[in-house]
Amino acid sequence: MGVALVLIEVLPSGALAATAPGLLAAAARVGEPVAVIVGPADALSGAAAEAAGLGAVRVLTTETVPDALTIPVVDALAAAVDRERPDLVLASNAVESRDALARLAARRRLPLATDVVGVDRDELGVVAHHSVLGGAFTVDGAPTFGTLLATLRPGAVDARLESRPLVVDSLEVVASEVRAARIDGFSETVAPSSRPELRGAAAVVAGGRGVGSREDFALVEQLADVLGAAVGASRAAVDAGYVPAAAQVGQTGVSVSPRLYVALGISGAIQHRAGMQTAGIIVAIDKNPDAPIFDIADFGIVGDLFTVVPQLISALEAHKN
Amino acid sequence: MKIVVLIKEVPDTWGERRLDLETGLSDRSGASPVLDEIDERAVEAALAYADAHPGTEVEVVAMAPASSTATIRKALAMGATSALHIVDDALRGADLLLTAEVLAAAVKRAGFDVVIAGNLSTDGGGGVIPAMVAEVLGIPQLTGLSALELSDSAVSGDRVSDAGTMRVTGDLPAVVSISEALPEGRFTTFKGIMAAKKKPYETMDAAALGIEPDDPTVARYIMLSVAERPPRAAGTKIVDEGDAGEKLAAFLLAEGVL
Ligand SMILES: Cc1cc2nc3c(=O)[nH]c(=O)nc-3n(C[C@H](O)[C@H](O)[C@H](O)COP(=O)(O)OP(=O)(O)OC[C@H]3O[C@@H](n4cnc5c(N)ncnc54)[C@H](O)[C@@H]3O)c2cc1C
Ligand SMILES: Nc1ncnc2c1ncn2[C@@H]1O[C@H](COP(=O)(O)O)[C@@H](O)[C@H]1O
Repeated sequence: MGVALVLIEVLPSGALAATAPGLLAAAARVGEPVAVIVGPADALSGAAAEAAGLGAVRVLTTETVPDALTIPVVDALAAAVDRERPDLVLASNAVESRDALARLAARRRLPLATDVVGVDRDELGVVAHHSVLGGAFTVDGAPTFGTLLATLRPGAVDARLESRPLVVDSLEVVASEVRAARIDGFSETVAPSSRPELRGAAAVVAGGRGVGSREDFALVEQLADVLGAAVGASRAAVDAGYVPAAAQVGQTGVSVSPRLYVALGISGAIQHRAGMQTAGIIVAIDKNPDAPIFDIADFGIVGDLFTVVPQLISALEAHKN
Repeated sequence: MKIVVLIKEVPDTWGERRLDLETGLSDRSGASPVLDEIDERAVEAALAYADAHPGTEVEVVAMAPASSTATIRKALAMGATSALHIVDDALRGADLLLTAEVLAAAVKRAGFDVVIAGNLSTDGGGGVIPAMVAEVLGIPQLTGLSALELSDSAVSGDRVSDAGTMRVTGDLPAVVSISEALPEGRFTTFKGIMAAKKKPYETMDAAALGIEPDDPTVARYIMLSVAERPPRAAGTKIVDEGDAGEKLAAFLLAEGVL
């Protein structure tokens, strides 16, 4: 079996990004998962141990250049590709990792597949799976030959690998001296309480323009907490400043596929549906009986969210107690 | 200052977008083709700078079928100075690497201090073209900017990711991609549309850029199969008569969601 390199992001805290377990499990379907970790010197040994715990057969580590954007990661990946000759290089489809794989593809002239929901192997080599146009189509693709680079949609794979004994190698990297942008500062998003992350959440409660204000968005959050759900939003709610942009579901936001999706005051424009219509159960509450969200809702309520939702919350809480 | 804006024609997201089940490519008979909304914002960002800095040149570059002229002219009608349109049948269905190599060669041909692109196209492009173009050109990329400041020698901005907000700066020349947090594209006026007809509009094929689309020594990413999922149907719909919250709770509990 060949090697599948997995780029793993290290958070400023030194812990691995939440995408790490899914990336390693996805890559293992294609080859021996070998992790690549580029981070601050003092975080590397802890991060490597964590990666082995998540099933990395080996871990290649190298120190980052603190203020340089993307280029040090590309240099490290290029060195790892030259050394390991992998069948696959997998990374998260999150902005930093995606930029690194994009530049690696251009530098080494390798084929790239983006936003895949899984990878496999057939008699001829690596195959990548995509879910496109809002999940309306599934597409399989493959490289004509050689190594494939791919970015994995966060939350798409929830398989987990067994822990492995730790084997660490430090990676020799020759800096490319390609000019990088400079990171002037970073302000971490205040951890959103104990709520699950939107990507990969089992349940999502989303609010739209119909919620009306940032203050009233608390009602959306309250229902999310009763259901143990993540919080999502429409673009109109983001534009109006009710919630940060990271909560946007849809075509140009996050694509989610939870077991339950609850849409509150969201009309269901085609671009919003593109990000949630593969959910297991869809519930919608909207004042307008003709809102298109009802065309795809398993349970739709024509009504005022400010009367229906509080009643729903008390009924669910009564059941819990 | 010369700004090159990368613009892409995509199927209108308001229409029914489909893939051709034979070729796996966008079905052009369905939704009507438009200038991608995010690229209208990229053009707007360039024009806003040009408005404040007379003498700025804004060239739009697109790799698109011959039928895309009207879409590209829309950017000229908004106020761009000139257009470079790469047309070549051999580029139909080009994968990401080939697309990036063509665009990088075109941008180089046009000449630039900064390249502005959208962060993510709406037809499944994947948001990687700007960084790939930057690597081919050997210059920095600053992607997904939700705020953009341009000076004679540098570009800075904020990029938002799940983890937080990063402040980044790059010396020119550089490639930036912008997010939809930036302002919408301006409307075209009748005067703008008339003026666009007289603006420089150059058309070029891959060979003119020194690109060989069918180079057998370079691996390509190809589509193996395409399948359509059955559309989703509507379920129960009730009008609230004072007890809809309780009915919904009963439905959710029966589905075992707690
Ligand atoms: C290129 C492009 C990309 C886009 N990408 C996205 C995307 O990623 N995600 C996205 O969401 N949108 C996206 N959009 C925008 C999309 O077209 C819609 O404008 C947006 O989804 C509308 O958000 P909304 O449903 O919250 O607002 P509206 O359409 O205004 O709907 C608000 C709804 O709330 C209801 N309402 C009001 N008050 C109440 C009440 N008290 N109780 C119950 N219901 C109430 C109204 O009846 C209405 O149906 C995109 C658009 C374009 C052109
Ligand atoms: N064929 C193309 N012609 C011109 N610009 C493009 C093309 N494809 C992508 N781009 C640019 O790259 C951005 C991101 O696209 P993508 O990587 O396809 O999501 C777009 O918003 C455009 O600015």
